[in-house]
Order: sequence, then C-alpha cells, then structure tokens
Amino acid sequence: MINEIISMNGYGAYVWSAFSFTLISFTTLYFVTKLHLLKEQKRFAAKFGSLNEDNARVARLQSINREILSNTSNI
Amino acid sequence: MYNLKMFKSFEPNKIFIIISKAQKYVLFLFVIVLTIGLIEALILSPEDYKQSEVVRIMYVHVPAAWIALGIFSSLAFLSVGSFVFKNKHLSLIAKSLAPSGFVFNIIALVTGSIWGKPTWGTWWAWDARITSMLILAVFYGMYLLSWRIYEDKEKVIKITSLIAILGATNVPIIKFSVDWWNTLHQPSSINILSTNTAIHTSMLVPLGIMTAAFALFSILIFLMKYNTELIKVKNKGLDRL
Repeated sequence: MINEIISMNGYGAYVWSAFSFTLISFTTLYFVTKLHLLKEQKRFAAKFGSLNEDNARVARLQSINREILSNTSNI
Repeated sequence: MYNLKMFKSFEPNKIFIIISKAQKYVLFLFVIVLTIGLIEALILSPEDYKQSEVVRIMYVHVPAAWIALGIFSSLAFLSVGSFVFKNKHLSLIAKSLAPSGFVFNIIALVTGSIWGKPTWGTWWAWDARITSMLILAVFYGMYLLSWRIYEDKEKVIKITSLIAILGATNVPIIKFSVDWWNTLHQPSSINILSTNTAIHTSMLVPLGIMTAAFALFSILIFLMKYNTELIKVKNKGLDRL
C-alpha cells in the first residue's frame, strides 16, 4: 500500500512535487511572516525601553502598547 | 467626515488584542484541517478514470487559484473603500492580505504547470487561463513592490489602490476565459450559484476540505501580517513622543 501511495500509478513524481511545493511555500511564508512580526515586536520593546519615564507613562496609557509589550515579554 | 460609523469599530487597539489571541487558534485549526485534507486528497479520494492519480494535483491547484482570485478581489474592494471613505486602515488590511494572495497565485501557476506535463504533454502553454493567471501574479508583484519602493504613505496608498483596481479587471477574464476562448483548460466544473457540479462527491469533499485549509492559512498569514503592520504604526507613534 505504501508503494502504491508513493508511486501513484507512475505519476508520483508529479503529484508529490506539486504537494511538496505547496507545503514548502506555506512553511516559508509562515516563518518569514513570523520573523517580521518578532523583529517588529523587538524593535518596539527596544524603543519603549529607551523612553524617559514621562513618555513611557503616556505610551502605557494605550492598551495596544501594553498588549504589544506583553507579547514581547514572551519572546 | 468621510468615515462611516461602522469603520469606528475598525479601531486598531481593539483589533490588535483580538488578532493577537486569534492567531494560535487559527494555526491549530489550520493544522487539523490540513491534515484531514491531505489524508483525503492523497489516500482516501479515488483516482480519475481518465487522468488516473495525477488528478490529485487538483486538490492543491484549484484551492490555490480560488484563494488567489478571492484575495485579489478583496484587495480591489478594500482599495475602492480606502479611496471612498479615506480610511487608511482599509489599505493596511489590503497590504496584509497581499503576500498570501501572491504565494497562492504562484502555487496555482507552479502546480498547474506540474499538472500540465502529464495531461497536456507540456509544462507551459500560452493558454488564456494560464496567461491571465500569470498577469494576475504580475499585478500582485507590482502591488507588493510598490509598498516596498515608495516611502510617501499618501502616494503609496494611491498607487497600490490603482494597481488593485486595474488588476481586478483581470479577475472576470480569468473566471470566464475558459468559456470565452478555446483553451486547454476544461470549462468550470463547479458553479457556486447552482447545485449542478461535474465533480463527484468523493472528490468534492477533499476539494472542500483543502479549500478550507488554504483559507485558514491565508487568514493566519493575514492576522500575523496585520499585527506586524499595527506594531509598525505604533513604532512610529513612539518616535513622535
């Protein structure tokens, strides 16, 4: 049965390469997007860390900033 | 003044919290649906009486093409919306949708080419459907490149919106190319507006599951990309403090 699935009646090279290309594209796109997200989160955390106390307090008032920082702490 | 009340709910603060939490659930659901889809598509579904096992390429080729078209249509609607309502978040949503649409377009072209060799005897033909899909990929490419090239936010929104609206004229050409011209592609087998379909349920089910998996993947990439874009906006906000 395994051999049948691999050979696909002689069309295995076509079928498996089509599915492999799709899954490799998915994996690449996922990790590239994830990498960009982490990079931007780190940049935000670094900028936030360099703020003076007053500006940091103002920035913390926005819920989105607090959310970004809480996600960044998990990196 | 141009903003409608409904767009007030598009507040990034609220959206950010929702999409940050939604990503892991969408990823989990995607992995499950994709696994079921792959088992159905590669093992359980029957072979075609004419094309034999090579028909299984349909389960990645067709959903990829559908979603590439769907995403580009969404880009066009969002671009019109961003013009009419002067809402920059709509162009940000469009920008976040584009990468997965482009990748699906490439997958459709490559898997179509792989499918073409054993069925038509050629990797590539300047067939109406294939050529119009290639043109769509060029529009996707121009759209994504414009976001990278232009620095001026107002300018880039105008240019990318124009590309999306112009490119959308190609969408009906892709859809009806098999009816308007003699092409190597067969006419549409599935019509969402009617119950008549030329595909047997045993093949329609895996096709539906794989389409759902691909749709979930595009949602996942959109959420991650939109998250990134919102953080970029907030990074600029910190610079102004």
